[in-house]
Amino acid sequence: MTAAIIVGLLAAAGTFLILQRGLVRAVLGFVLLGHAATTLLMAAGGVSRRGVAIIGQEGVAAQPADPLPQAFALTAIVISFGVTAFLLALAARGIVVLRGGDIERPGGHEPEDDPA
Amino acid sequence: MSGLLTAPFWLPLLGAVVALLARRHYHVQQAISLLTLSASVAIGGVLVAETADGAVHATQIGGWPVGIAIPFVADRFAALLITTTALAALLAVVFAMLRGEDHHVQFHPLVGVLVTGVFASFLTADLFNLFVTFEVMLIASYVLLTLRAGRAQERAGAIYIMTNLLASTAFLLGLALLYGRVGTVNLGELHAAAADPGAAVAAGVIAIAIGVKASLVPLHGWLPRAYVCAGPAVTALFSGLLTKVGVYALFRLYSVVYAGEPRWSLLLLVVAGITMLVGVLGAVGKGDMRAILAFHMVSQVGYLVLPLGLWSLAGVTAGIVYLLQYIAVKGALFLAAGTVETVTGTGRLAELGGMLRTRPAVAIGFLLPALALAGVPPTSGFVGKFMLIRASFEGAHYVVGGVAVVVSFFTLMSMMKIWNGVFWGEPSAAVSAEAGTEGDPDRARLPRVVDGIPQPPPVVFTPPRVRALALPSLAVGVATILLGLGAQLLVTLAEPAAAGLLDPSAYLEAVRGR
Repeated sequence: MTAAIIVGLLAAAGTFLILQRGLVRAVLGFVLLGHAATTLLMAAGGVSRRGVAIIGQEGVAAQPADPLPQAFALTAIVISFGVTAFLLALAARGIVVLRGGDIERPGGHEPEDDPA
Repeated sequence: MSGLLTAPFWLPLLGAVVALLARRHYHVQQAISLLTLSASVAIGGVLVAETADGAVHATQIGGWPVGIAIPFVADRFAALLITTTALAALLAVVFAMLRGEDHHVQFHPLVGVLVTGVFASFLTADLFNLFVTFEVMLIASYVLLTLRAGRAQERAGAIYIMTNLLASTAFLLGLALLYGRVGTVNLGELHAAAADPGAAVAAGVIAIAIGVKASLVPLHGWLPRAYVCAGPAVTALFSGLLTKVGVYALFRLYSVVYAGEPRWSLLLLVVAGITMLVGVLGAVGKGDMRAILAFHMVSQVGYLVLPLGLWSLAGVTAGIVYLLQYIAVKGALFLAAGTVETVTGTGRLAELGGMLRTRPAVAIGFLLPALALAGVPPTSGFVGKFMLIRASFEGAHYVVGGVAVVVSFFTLMSMMKIWNGVFWGEPSAAVSAEAGTEGDPDRARLPRVVDGIPQPPPVVFTPPRVRALALPSLAVGVATILLGLGAQLLVTLAEPAAAGLLDPSAYLEAVRGR
């Protein structure tokens, strides 16, 4: 139940931030959504079993935690960390190029918007 | 065999690493890209030969026991796609070299990482690993798209990355739900898992996430905005690889997890039909070559996912035939558009005209793939579309079959619009001047020095080099005619792949290690 509430709160806050204008807020929203996904992954392995999971050693914990979702979560964290860093770099460059982090500000020029 | 199976994964990745180490030596980087991509084409060809008679080869990475290891599996479908995408990537990279678009230390390493992700996505039989390989591919594409700094690139990059990041997060959520429900994400254990409604919803979340990457309507909005802002060669590269991986994953998911469950057929047919229509109508109002072509990409994805709704041997075979030739055709069209942009300095129809007189090779290089895209005989596109539409009617899916016919007419009209605007009539001022050949307008957007390494000098567009620009698209154009006349070859190649999708038991056995 706790896990469900955490996922719900993180997902709601993340969605709210993604819908904001401005790249930096959206990045923060993605960070929160990433946490929601990670928490859900951990919950998928069962939150009640928390014993240490050691492969190749018998009878360590009464209820060993499922190691697979933990490995998934770790991988997902690494990936989202990398992408977040890249997005922040893009946002930093955007402040120079677009003079502000707002990707939808009018006055911009996109080739496809040109009249034929 | 197992070494060959993983080669499409480690070879381009190794090439990317070596290319990064050799970043001071531009020609070494070029050679590495050409070598790894040519080798990938060859490996793909060997895999196609090895998967005759429906044979499926599998290897468990790291020698871990089945169920713990990440399985890499090659069936005919995966092998065909590796060969075709490697070929498309090779053509795009050759074009980038001719055009000087690869004058950035990170270009060749990024291409290596991109194709690594693409090939690994085709080979993996584990849904979480599919997520990872998708990310490998996407992260490389994020950087490739934003290599050139500019306002349009900044916006396109932000939209592209955020859309795909949201889809990736949804993919991850779907994986968590699926694992929580079924207890595995190994495709070998997931056959017909979607019979359980909870698992069907979880896999549905994954399918929607993949649908974003394949740009199915209504999840397509990012594609026409993002692709036109990359360089022409990068656009061609993306068009041949990225959405096709999404289409492949949808086929695999539907074949294994949903076991071709017919109750989803109507939904899939509706999505396919709407995707065709919306894409082709979106292209009507555009006046830029690459913008028109990008909307047609959306439209064509509709044709590519149509077999999911038909799910008959004839339908899926037709779909694979269509997919294989389409990857090359779309890449060639973007290369032709890129050639026009390079030579004249613009892609706007209003400023172009009469190029048939000044550059007949470019015109033919556009015309042949364009006819194949619309499905005019005797091109390979006609064969694919004819088989697809016939399979629709045979399956009594008259509405979607009719939509496919109507959309083909619209596609032909769009291609004629480009033809009239760019190649027909009297040469316009931009075409006669050929201002683009005096210097690449994109050069100004690329940094002169990266990490303290001076970049190669700008390309000098000598007359032979300008003529060579048209060669990649011309080669594909000739190939579409040959494949259209000798269509039996494609059908023979595709039929075992389709049979393997409809009855994935050999695939499942290979994943489970028997």
